[in-house]
Amino acid sequence: MSAATRRPVRGHALWYAHIIHRVSGIALELFLPLHFWVLSLALTDAARLDSFLAFTELPFVKVAEFGLVFLLAIHLFGGMRLMALEWLPWKAPHKTLAAGALAISAFVSGLFFLQAI
Amino acid sequence: MLDFRLYMAQRLSALIMAPLVIGHLAVMIYAVRGGLSAGEILGRTHGSLFWTLFYGGFVVAVSVHAAIGLRTIISEWTRLRGAMLNGLAMVVFAVLLVMGGRAVLAVTML
Repeated sequence: MSAATRRPVRGHALWYAHIIHRVSGIALELFLPLHFWVLSLALTDAARLDSFLAFTELPFVKVAEFGLVFLLAIHLFGGMRLMALEWLPWKAPHKTLAAGALAISAFVSGLFFLQAI
Repeated sequence: MLDFRLYMAQRLSALIMAPLVIGHLAVMIYAVRGGLSAGEILGRTHGSLFWTLFYGGFVVAVSVHAAIGLRTIISEWTRLRGAMLNGLAMVVFAVLLVMGGRAVLAVTML
């Protein structure tokens, strides 16, 4: 392949899909211990759990929750596309599927945000 | 052979989690209406075998999935290899499993 026809992998739509999948996975992994610790307060200090849940009523926390729900949704739907890429025939239009995963994730997290506010 | 087994474990845990995440997203959208309280959350989950199995399975699958995923990313983005890499993945697995298991027991009280 000549240099003129070679296209950089970075910057391709599916390269962004790959990076989003990794970054969302790392972010969710970092969030999980905090999530588990807060839920464990139900066992050790229920009053503290309630005060933490009251903290989630703050507007900036709701925006952060929206972000977390979006990360979970994009990791799920992007991951389903990756599994399809690995295990199904390669004819699928993967840029369209990646765009679909983004759209569904925006819809799901947007629905969550509208219910939360 | 280890890499193949880790690959399969990560994909199988992803397959198990796909319906669980969809369920969790639906629960979150439903539960967040009108704000969250400990009483409301625990009223739904206390003593429920269904939610114990649902979130218990979720915790096991996510511990496997996250530990292997992080191991893959670290091996590709850093120079960490061998026992250090596997040890780190085991620590991630154990921390998520213990903390997640404790959280499930806390909200279901089973």
